[in-house]
Amino acid sequence: MNLLGLYHYWVFAVLLMIGFYAVVAKTNLIKKLIGLSIFQAAVFLLYITMGKISGGTAPILQKGVPDAIFSNPLPQVLILTAIVVGISTTALGLGIVVRIKEEYGSIDEQDIQETDRQ
Amino acid sequence: MTVLFGIFLLTMLVITAVAIVRTRNLFVAVMLLGIFSLLLAINFFLLDAADVALTEAAVGAGISTVLFIAALALTSERERESTSRRWLSLFVVASAALVIVYATFDKPRFGDPNAPVLQHIGPWYLQQTPEYIGIPNVVTAVLGSFRGYDTLGEVFVVFTAGIGVLFLLSARGSGSGRRRPRSDDTEIGLRDEVLLRVVGRLLVPFILLFGLYVQFHGEYGPGGGFQAGALIAAAFILYALIEGEERTLHALPQRVLNVLMVGGAMLYGAVGVTGMLMGSKFLDYSVLAADAVAGQKIGIILIEAGVGMTVCGVLLNIFHAFASRDRVQ
Repeated sequence: MNLLGLYHYWVFAVLLMIGFYAVVAKTNLIKKLIGLSIFQAAVFLLYITMGKISGGTAPILQKGVPDAIFSNPLPQVLILTAIVVGISTTALGLGIVVRIKEEYGSIDEQDIQETDRQ
Repeated sequence: MTVLFGIFLLTMLVITAVAIVRTRNLFVAVMLLGIFSLLLAINFFLLDAADVALTEAAVGAGISTVLFIAALALTSERERESTSRRWLSLFVVASAALVIVYATFDKPRFGDPNAPVLQHIGPWYLQQTPEYIGIPNVVTAVLGSFRGYDTLGEVFVVFTAGIGVLFLLSARGSGSGRRRPRSDDTEIGLRDEVLLRVVGRLLVPFILLFGLYVQFHGEYGPGGGFQAGALIAAAFILYALIEGEERTLHALPQRVLNVLMVGGAMLYGAVGVTGMLMGSKFLDYSVLAADAVAGQKIGIILIEAGVGMTVCGVLLNIFHAFASRDRVQ
């Protein structure tokens, strides 16, 4: 059970690195953005995991339950806004990819560098 | 039991992520990313983050998938084989993962009440919210009032990203550009698919209603401007997928979207300035009414409305920017 208590963090490490692998090893620009989304999701998971208290509940106060344990609301606030900011920046990235496709005729990094060298 | 379910979900998350990276078909990768987001949302729910789960489900599984598919339609679905840096990257990534895993052995165990992160400011927010803000949802209280500056900044980031996408995709490139008048057959969306159309049309008003509920019930239950904006945008995107984009723009014209986008951010800023004019600090809502707690409630309702307007306007504007662009061969 002691080691099981770290499982969330291990999943965070693995997801972070899967996302990072897609960003560095893949040459397709959309695949890179997908990797970035996975990377981001891993960070979200880390924050939310750290705010959890065992036996706790969502931080919404209720009358008549004075001694309820609540999980930490602060990481939740940070991640809630980060998700919406994340989709906006991803959309901006996709917009740039679409423009690159129109100008270069490809969304593959190698083709783009080839075109630039000519 | 919940622990086992959580472990199962986390394992599924890893498997899905590996499948996303391995597949060469980008369409498959995007659909798997939607499933990944949904699994993540369920995980957030198990970790007591109801507000975050709602946001992730609406944004990650819904809108993100649609935007990726729209981008795929404008580019290409197949990914080419790329072997150049594969083994080097795998080595770097695997060693970094091992280092992070090694570092986790010093971390407090999952759910430990004595973890340092749970000591300092979190309990303070939980204690002070009933006294200062007087609303049950502490997440909304922190988001709207205690850390209102943060949220204002985030709203402006969303706004800027929206402007950026409009700027990129409405510019006329060489030999491309925005939509020329086309024949009707490409514009009908899913009008031929009777089942999808009937069910979809039935769903749209309920999603809108739920969006408004989430917007105005955000002080009492999970919800708020970010989630509501995403949900309402999702309802209009669903309508656009069923009935075609023209009709959606007829129902909610670009002008209105621009007003929503700008007006929301300005409403937020204006609430802050009003606090200053009434003799307090920027974004201090206590002075908005005679009673400080009532003032906080008014302030939070107003800024949540601003957040919802901006998020909805930006997401729909981004969707239309992608959907109205012609594919270049």
